[in-house]
Amino acid sequence: MSDITTLNGGSCIAFKGKNCVAIACDLRLGNQALTVACNRDKVFKITDKTYLGMTGLASDVDTLRSAFRYRLNMYRMKEEREIEPETFAHLVSSTLYEKRFGPYFIEPIIAGLNSNNEPFIAAADLIGCLNFAKDFVVTGTASDKLFGMAEGLWEPDLGPEELFESISQALLGALERDALSGWGAIVRVITPDKVIERTLQSRQD
Amino acid sequence: MTSVAPQKSKSGFDFSNYSRNHFLDGKGLGGFTATSTGTTIVGLIYKDGIVLGADTRATEGPIVADKNCEKIHYISDNIRCCGAGTAADTEFVTALISSNMQLHALHTGRKPRVVTAMTMLKQRLFQYQGHIGAALVLGGYDATGPQLFTVAPHGSTDKLPYVTMGSGSLAAMAVFESGWHKDMEQKEAVDLVVAAISSGIFNDLGSGSNVDVCIIKKDSTEMLRNYVMPNERAKKEQKYGFAKGTTRFTKEHIYSMIQKEDVFEVGSTAPTPAPLPAAAAGAGGEETMDTS
Repeated sequence: MSDITTLNGGSCIAFKGKNCVAIACDLRLGNQALTVACNRDKVFKITDKTYLGMTGLASDVDTLRSAFRYRLNMYRMKEEREIEPETFAHLVSSTLYEKRFGPYFIEPIIAGLNSNNEPFIAAADLIGCLNFAKDFVVTGTASDKLFGMAEGLWEPDLGPEELFESISQALLGALERDALSGWGAIVRVITPDKVIERTLQSRQD
Repeated sequence: MTSVAPQKSKSGFDFSNYSRNHFLDGKGLGGFTATSTGTTIVGLIYKDGIVLGADTRATEGPIVADKNCEKIHYISDNIRCCGAGTAADTEFVTALISSNMQLHALHTGRKPRVVTAMTMLKQRLFQYQGHIGAALVLGGYDATGPQLFTVAPHGSTDKLPYVTMGSGSLAAMAVFESGWHKDMEQKEAVDLVVAAISSGIFNDLGSGSNVDVCIIKKDSTEMLRNYVMPNERAKKEQKYGFAKGTTRFTKEHIYSMIQKEDVFEVGSTAPTPAPLPAAAAGAGGEETMDTS
């Protein structure tokens, strides 16, 4: 537990569905075993249809959030268009690999719909090795539990409402068994015409 | 006192977090596990060229991070490179050398050679003294015929007729040692590569899932992604479906991305809009605008 990546705690998960994706996270911010806050959203909006989840060292999450905001604004001005989730995944990857020998202690996941409204999810390790999964990606202190939950609950071609139930139960199940994550959860389901954001009721211990 | 602005590193790497992380290390808070490709990767020379093979498992400690990743990387049309070790390093070092090989080919106006790629790779890896954790099997067919090399993380290279790398290299080499001979036929060569990778998949915990194969001949390169899939998950007999409303939520916010626009006709002479075709009305939902 005396590891910098588990100092603050927190977990994220993303599911791919049929013409939709879902991304969810817990809300805890801790300092080892001491819970400091229970409103720490770990998923950030990149474009209308692309979201980024970051877990790990909270100060690095904040640093990278502003680094990505800067790079995205530069991209928007140069290209005069919104970034595709695939392109954004590579931006994340090269940003992290630049710091190969002094990394940021975060592991990101990306979920979004591209300009053809095809679902896209990806994950990276802390030095930017991308993983383009066709089903689900997980990250954070509960990642091993989330892997198990997702491997059992994920089904192909789920619609937005089914996907919401599925990802919510996967996350809540994992949070039951992770001491460093929990204290509430937020799920976002991204569909071509709307983003549904729901705050889940969860245990507060 | 004059302050010196931090110099931007010429290597492309940014060491600005290094001292912070080193400090955390001293506090006992350091250490991290990057995704590594435990990996079995192999290559052999046969009668008409080269066959490369790889498994498809990526691990993060004891966790399988990716069940079906690609470890045979593109260098140029006639050269491919299998990577083992730190996954990000194999990914980025092969991408960099691929770019530099293309520039080199454009500069010289010749088809790229495998020794060129091998030299570029070993020089970069040696420069970083093994800190770029990439163990590679490089193979291709150029003006000098079929070429096969291994490149170790510290920059040493081997030129051999059959090679293996990664944590499953012993299992794979055992198969090669008993099965390889000079001037093999293509089918025989591919079967031997599949057997070597399978030996890694089933006997080495760091390797798993499927077999990727790449056949490089004088004028053709064939990438056979997931050539053998011996570890497909058995189809689930039933599924966990949750009825709508299973998960209790306390707040809901919907961000709609549909822009609604109401168009009002102005003036009594405005023409009545023609009825919309059923398909267009169903798909878009926007009103036709009167531009008269």
